[in-house]
Amino acid sequence: MLRYSIKRLMSLAISLAVASLVIFLVIEVAPGDPASYMLGINAQPDTVAALRAELGLDVSRPVRYLAWVGGMLSGDFGTSYTYRTPVAGMIGDRLWVSLPLALLALMLSTLIAFPAGIYAAARRGRPGDVSVMGATQLGIAVPNFWFAMMLVLIFAVDLRWFRAGGFAGWDKGFWVAMHSLTLPAISLALPQAAILTRVMRSALLDILGEDFMRTARAKGLSRRQTLWRHGVRNALIPVLTIIGLQFSFLLAGSIIIEQVFNLPGLGRLVFQSISSRDLIVVESVVMLLVFAVIVVNFLVDLAYAAVDPRLRART
Amino acid sequence: MTRSLILGAVLSSLVVLAALTSFVWTPYDHAAMNIPDKLQPPGAAHWFGTDHFGRDLFSMIMVGARTSIAVALVAVGIGMGLGVPLGLMAAARKGGWIDEVIMRGNDLVFAFPSLVIAILITAVLGAGAVNAIIAIGIFNIPVFARITRGAALSLWEREFILAARVAGKSDARISAEHILPNVTNLLIVQGTIQFSLGILAEAGLSYVGLGAQPPTPSWGRMLADAQTMVSFAPHLALIPGLAIIVTVLGLNLMGDGLRDWLDPRLRVARA
Repeated sequence: MLRYSIKRLMSLAISLAVASLVIFLVIEVAPGDPASYMLGINAQPDTVAALRAELGLDVSRPVRYLAWVGGMLSGDFGTSYTYRTPVAGMIGDRLWVSLPLALLALMLSTLIAFPAGIYAAARRGRPGDVSVMGATQLGIAVPNFWFAMMLVLIFAVDLRWFRAGGFAGWDKGFWVAMHSLTLPAISLALPQAAILTRVMRSALLDILGEDFMRTARAKGLSRRQTLWRHGVRNALIPVLTIIGLQFSFLLAGSIIIEQVFNLPGLGRLVFQSISSRDLIVVESVVMLLVFAVIVVNFLVDLAYAAVDPRLRART
Repeated sequence: MTRSLILGAVLSSLVVLAALTSFVWTPYDHAAMNIPDKLQPPGAAHWFGTDHFGRDLFSMIMVGARTSIAVALVAVGIGMGLGVPLGLMAAARKGGWIDEVIMRGNDLVFAFPSLVIAILITAVLGAGAVNAIIAIGIFNIPVFARITRGAALSLWEREFILAARVAGKSDARISAEHILPNVTNLLIVQGTIQFSLGILAEAGLSYVGLGAQPPTPSWGRMLADAQTMVSFAPHLALIPGLAIIVTVLGLNLMGDGLRDWLDPRLRVARA
C-alpha cells in the first residue's frame, strides 16, 4: 500500500506541475499588458514601467512562473491587479460560498441516487425500473441553469418560499445561509443525481449476476439481506469513482449556477476578473479548480486501493 | 430497431429539420423587431410568442438550432479527428512511450472541467462561437482517444490481426484497415452522446456570455435574456429550455438505441 501511495503521489505531483505550466503559458499568451490596461491609454511609459515592476511583471517568464508556483505553495496567490488585495483572501471569501454549494449538491445527488438506483436495480424490467430510468433520461437532458430558472419561477416568484437570488451570508446564521443555497444546490444536483442513479443501477445489476449472490441466497439470506449486505456494498466501488468525478463537475457547474442566483462565489469572481483583465485572479482560480479535481481523483484512487487489494498489485 | 432508437431519431430529426428549414424559410424574420407586438404569449400569429423586442420566438428557435448543431457537430469532429488517431496510435504501441504520453495527456485534459477550459480560452481569445467550439472540442479529444484505445487494444489480441501481421502489413495499415472499421460502431454511439453533451455545453457557455455573440441567435443566450422577464413572460424561458431538452433527449435516446441495435451480442440475446 505504501509503495502504491508513493507512486500515485509522484504522478499527482507531475500532473499538478504540468497543469500549472499549461495554465501559466495559456494566460501568458493573452494579449494586453495588465499594467497598461490598468493605467489606461494615456499613461506615461515610466508610470507603466513602475507599475510593471510593482506587479512583478518586469522579470523573465521562467522566474515569474517559479515565483507564482512558489507563492501558491506557501499560500500566497499574488495580488489582484484591479483590487490590489491579496488573491488568496478574495478566493477564500468566495470559497465559503462555492464549496458548501458543491458539497450540498453532492449530498443531495447521493441521497436521491442511492435509493433510486437500488430500487430500479431490484425491480429490473418492471414498471418501477422503467419509470426511474425514464426520469433519469429526462434529468440528464435538462440543462441545470434552465432548471434553476424554473425553480426560481415556482418557488421564489409564485410561492415565495425562497429568495430569487443572492446570498444571505454565514454571519446571518447557518440555516439562513443554507436557505439561500437550497435552490442552487437542488438545480446543481438534479443532472448529477440522474447520472449517479444510472451508475448505481448498472453497478448493482452487475453484482446481482455474480455467483456469490446466488450462494448468499442459498445459505438462507433473504432477498433483502443479500441485496444490502452483498449487493450494495460491492456496488459502492464504481459508484465511489463517479462521485469523485462528479465533485469536479459540481465545482465547475456551480460557476454557471452562481450566475443564475447571483451568488458571490468563485464563478462570479472569475467572470468579473475576465472582464477587468485581472488575469492573476483567473489564473489562480483555474489552478485551484484543477488542483481540487486532481486531488479528489487521487484520494478516490487511494480509497479504491485501500478497499480492493487487487488494484494495488496491478499497478 | 428499438423503440428508443425510433423515438430518439424522430426527436433529433425534428430539430435538424427545423435548423435546415431556417435557411430557406422562417415564419418571420428572426431579427426583425416589432415593438407593438412585444411579449405576446404563444398564439395563432406567433406560435411560440414574441420576446421583449417583439421578435418571433419560433423563428429564433429555428435559427438558434443552427448555432447549437453547428457548434456541437464541429466539436465532435475535432474530438474524433484528433482523438481517434491518437487512440489508434496508443493501442498500436501499447505500453510504449507514445501510449504513455497520450494517456497522461488525456488525464491532464480530464482534470480541466470543460467549462474551465472555456473560461481559460475566453480569457485569452475572447468570447465567441468559434472559441466555444474549441473549448468543447478539446474536451472531446480524450474521450474519443480513450474509447478508441480501449476497443483497439482488445482487437489487437485477435487472430485476424495476427494474420494481417504475418501478411506483412505495417501497424499503421493494420490500424487503418482492420482496427478502425471494427470500432466504427462504437464511435458512432459515442459521437451521438458527445453531440448531445456539446449541445448542453454550448447552451451553458452562451448562457454565461462565453458562447455565440449577438446577433447570432442561440438558445443559451435566449435563456439569459429571458431571466429578468421570467416572472411576467415565462414562455421566454420555457420554450428555449424545452428546445434544448428535446434535442438532448432525442440524441441520448438515439445513442442508447444505436448501441443496442449495433451491438450484435445484445441482438442475439434479445432474439
